[in-house]
Formats: sequence, C-alpha cells, structure tokens
Amino acid sequence: MPAADPAVGFARALRAAGLTVPPYTVITYAKALDAVGLGSRDRVYWAGRSTLVRRPEDLPVYDVVFATFWERLATENRPSEVPQQRAVALDREDDDSSGDEGDDVEVDQVLRWSRAEILRTKDLALCTPEELDEANRLIDSLRLSGARRRSRRHRPSHRRDELDLRRTVADALRAGGEPIHLRWRSAGDRPRRLVLLVDVSGSMSAYARALVRFAHAAVTGRGNVEVFALGTRLTRLTAALATHDADAALASVSSSVPDWEGGTRLGDTIGDFVERWGVRGMARGADVVILSDGWDRGDPAELRAHMERLARVVHRIVWVNPLKASPGYAPLAGGMAAALPYVDEFIEGHAVASLEQLAQVLATGAGGGNR
Amino acid sequence: MRLDPKDVKDVEAALAANGYLPDAGLATSVFLALRLGRPLFLEGEAGVGKTELAKALARWSGGELLRLQCYEGIDSTSAVYEWDHARQLLHLRAAEAAGEVGGLDDLERGLYDERFLIRRPLLEAVSPREGPSPVLLVDEVDRADDEFEAFLLEVLSDWSVTVPELGTIQAEHPPIAVVTSNRTRDVHDALKRRCLYHWVEHPTFEREVEIVRLRAPDVPERLARQVAAAAASIRASGVYKPPGVAETIDWATAVAALGADELDGPTVDATLGTVLKYREDQERVRAGGLDELVAGARTRAGR
Repeated sequence: MPAADPAVGFARALRAAGLTVPPYTVITYAKALDAVGLGSRDRVYWAGRSTLVRRPEDLPVYDVVFATFWERLATENRPSEVPQQRAVALDREDDDSSGDEGDDVEVDQVLRWSRAEILRTKDLALCTPEELDEANRLIDSLRLSGARRRSRRHRPSHRRDELDLRRTVADALRAGGEPIHLRWRSAGDRPRRLVLLVDVSGSMSAYARALVRFAHAAVTGRGNVEVFALGTRLTRLTAALATHDADAALASVSSSVPDWEGGTRLGDTIGDFVERWGVRGMARGADVVILSDGWDRGDPAELRAHMERLARVVHRIVWVNPLKASPGYAPLAGGMAAALPYVDEFIEGHAVASLEQLAQVLATGAGGGNR
Repeated sequence: MRLDPKDVKDVEAALAANGYLPDAGLATSVFLALRLGRPLFLEGEAGVGKTELAKALARWSGGELLRLQCYEGIDSTSAVYEWDHARQLLHLRAAEAAGEVGGLDDLERGLYDERFLIRRPLLEAVSPREGPSPVLLVDEVDRADDEFEAFLLEVLSDWSVTVPELGTIQAEHPPIAVVTSNRTRDVHDALKRRCLYHWVEHPTFEREVEIVRLRAPDVPERLARQVAAAAASIRASGVYKPPGVAETIDWATAVAALGADELDGPTVDATLGTVLKYREDQERVRAGGLDELVAGARTRAGR
C-alpha cells in the first residue's frame, strides 16, 4: 500500500497529541487513503476523519494535527520517519477569574462541628489526614444498589403474567407434542440510570473529593451511572472514574477537570448538562443527584429555568448539600432557593454518614420530599 | 445492483439524484463505506438527516431498506429472529390429530422449519436473496443497551447469524449498513471502530437552501432562502431543541401552503409550531422579536 507510510506517521502524530488510535484503525485509514488518493487535501482530510476520529470532542485535535502534519509533509514533500512531537491541547479559554465573593462567604460555613465525635459523622472539612484515610476507606466500601425500574426484557416466572410460548413449545415437544405445562414469564427489572453532578468549585473543596470518591464507588459498584463535574464548565467524568483503583481514578479526575477548585457557574453548567446530555435521553427517567452547596454567582432565574426543564424529564432529583447540616442553615442563597422547588429529596452531604444516607435514599426509589 | 462508485463525485451525484445532498465530508465517508465494505456510523443532532441518508442509499441501490429501530430492552427476538410459537403449537396439535406423530426427531425437525421462522431485520440483512442487496439501517443505537451493542458488533463484523436449530447463515455480500446515534450516551468504542465514523453537522446556509428546494419544489426560491436564514438564526439563538433540516422543510412548506411567498411577522407567528416544538423555545424566539427575526432573515437571504 503506497499510503502506508504517511498513514502510520500521521497516526503517530495523533497519538502524540493524545488521541487513541488503535493499529486496526490505521490499517483502515491506509486503505481509505488508497481509495480516495492523495491528490486532494479535502479527500485526505475526510478519509482520516471518518476512519480515525470517533468522538466530536476529538475533532479540534484532529484538525490541528492534520494541519501541522500534512501541510509540513506537503512542503517538505517527503514522509519523515519521526513526526514532529507536538503537544496539542483543546483550546480551553477561561473568562472566569475564579471570583472571590463566593469563597469569602463559605469560610465560616466550613467551620462547623458535628456534635458526635465518631468519624462517620465528623465533618469531612475538619478531618485530619489520618481520619480522611479512614473516611475514604468507609466511602470506598459503600455499595450503591440504587433504585430499579421495569425493563422490557422478560424472565421466566411463576407469576402468571404472560405466557412464555418459547418454553411451552419446547416442553410440549418433550411431551410428544402435547402442551401439558404452560410456562410463564414476567417483565424483569434493571437498575434505574443514576446521574451524579458534582460541584468541584473552591467553595466545595472540602467535600468534593469525598463526593467524587462516592461517585467512584457508584460507578464501579453498579452499571448505568454517569458522573459530571460542575465547575466553571461541565466536564464528563464517567470514563475517568471507570478504573477500579479509587486513588488512580481520583488522580485521573483531577487531571481531566481543568477548573478543579475554581469557581462555579451552577446555572450555566446545569443548563449545559440539560441541553447537551439530559433532555436528549441521559436524564430521562433517571435519578439525578446534584452535589453542591448551591452557591451560584449567576442569575437565579436561569438556574430555575434549567431545573424546571430537568425536573420534567427525570424520575427524581436529589440535592445533596453539605451546608444543610450546619445549625441555622436555611436554603436562602440565590441558587439553592431557586432550585429547591424542583428538588425531590434535599439531604446533607458533609460526612460519611450522610453519604450512607444518600445511598439509602437512592436505594428506596420512592419519590416525594419537597416537591 | 451492488453500489460501486468510482470516486467521491459519483457518490455526490447519485445521492443528489435520489433526493439527498451530502456535504463533501459525508460523501467521502459514504464512498469509503461502500469501497471498504464497512458500516457507516452517523452521529449528530436530531434532524440533521442521518436516517434520510439510509433511505437515499436504498433508493440508489434499488435494494430493500431494512430498518431496525432501537429501544431500551431490545433483544434478539425483535432484532434477529423469532420462532412463531403459536403456529408451532398448532402444527403440533394438527400433526397429533392427523396421527402423524412419528419419532420425536421428525416432530422436532418439522417444528423448527424455516416456515415457522419470523425474520427480523438483522437476519433478513444476511439472508441470501435475489436482486440488489438491502440497506440495513440500525436507527438510534444509543437507545439500546450495552448487551445489544455487543451483539450488534458480532453481526456487523462477521455478517453472519446463527440460529441454533438451523445453523449459521452467512451473507454472500455484506449489505450496506448505516448505524445512527443521537448521542444520548456514548456507544462502545469497539462498535465505532468497526465502522466508519461521521459526525453530521447542520448544513451550511447555501446547502440548506438547496435541500429545501429539492425536497419542497413548490416553495419559491426567495421564500426558501428566507426560511433557511431564519432557521439558522433560531439555531444560533441558543434554543433547547435547535430545528433540524426536516423542520426547515416543514416550515417552508407550511408558509408556502398559507399562500405567502415571503416571510413576515404574522406568518412566522402562525407557523412557529412547525419549527419549534417546545413552549419555552417559542417564548424565547417571540421575546427576541419576530419582526427582527424576519428582518434579519430577509437581509441574509438577499435577493
């Protein structure tokens, strides 16, 4: 294949830029180049796009690498052995100067004692490193079963819901053609989808780690879980949390969230989730858990509109707020007050015990609460 | 007829002749899918014309369009094949009544005969047939669950289906296959790797005008341009459900049906429901001013 050399070189350049390019797809790519020829820039561009890229997020990286690799190749007019190593990252402009007004407010909110001194109920913001280690072990051991919903898949059953003709025929055959025993089946059930939206802003820093750990326990403990980080922008974490080692998963999360412990734009990011993922299907019929203190510098009306829309497609919204445990706390802060009418369950999230409570609330599947 | 276009231009011309105007990227992907014999995986917003492409391919090849609409809980009885158990039972009773009950083996062979087999789209796609090979459309695969994906991957890689009672059925020629997804969740990478991937964008303004003209020939050109311009500015305004090409065509047809040959405020007001299907979206666009929308669209449409 004449196109094999540049194909391999280009694949290497893409890998250097951080894309996953399995060898198998490089072979397809070389075949594709042969089919369209190397004559036209457009054809070469599209041949690579349809064979090497599988996610729209990767397109900006592909475009940059394409420009540098092929255009250099065209000017030098010879395939080089080692493609130029270039670090290419997605352009993440950040117009948010991780503002301070939110951070000032929660200083006194974090300093808050739980009355019982056992670790399970101790405020995570006040734990010593040793206590945190122990708390992490407790969180890792949480197993979230979650609510279940009816599935369209059937399973054999003794309840007389629906005749299972397949097994009835098989039995009849065994009985010489006489359907003596009727077999029955009924609809099975499967875990309801769970979507966790974790606020990773500065004002949540004491709790965000524990909450992401909780999210990790949820992702590895059962299927059908999606996790997103809410900061100054929305970041999808599901893939980063999929590894079984909790510490490795956490490290991978901090590196994939560019705005960890930055500011929050709760309204914008929840809106982003609703629009890009939620109403398209991910949130439909799901339990959505929002882990946040509800501090939002944006317009509460905007958050209210997004929450209203979210509430109309989901099964249940659970809001976990670490501040709820503090004496005298009332959900009056702009964002929280705006969101509360659409929240089905409003619970604490400041200690291991409250995460256990969350796991329990999710397992019971029932709605109700504040709505 | 097996589709064997010589180059990308062939694909563009043939699809256009069958009522579909692809952009350069999609035409290249289709060309490669046909040339390399791979399924085409199309991802993109709802209403950008993913399903329509499969229909155009079917019209082009003259083959049957085998459509498999995915949903949560879809399983092999609705995707591959199912035995017609009711008829099997009747057959058993009939055989018994006629005193034909011979050996158990004979009875079983009679029962698992092709005539009791209900073919679903995936089995249909690999079954030998006369005439042009079919186009298999696996629509909205993101609605199905992981188990189904794994299963689909198997069929799409080997183009064979095994029915335990009958044996393995292998396609002589791999059918043309199009898999679509609205990306409500990420489909497993292995499935995407097996396919050629194309992210379908909303068409450019000029192309959208061409599409409206092609699909709704009764709409005057000036109106088509104005409607396409208005749809593009609604898309840019950040509505929850941006209108797709299908909505633009509906809108243009609706306005033309009202006898208008140009967009104006009252007409937009009356027909907004054809292009925006959420109350909030309609309110948002109305709040932005329908007259401003019309004025902007007329300027952009020119002529």
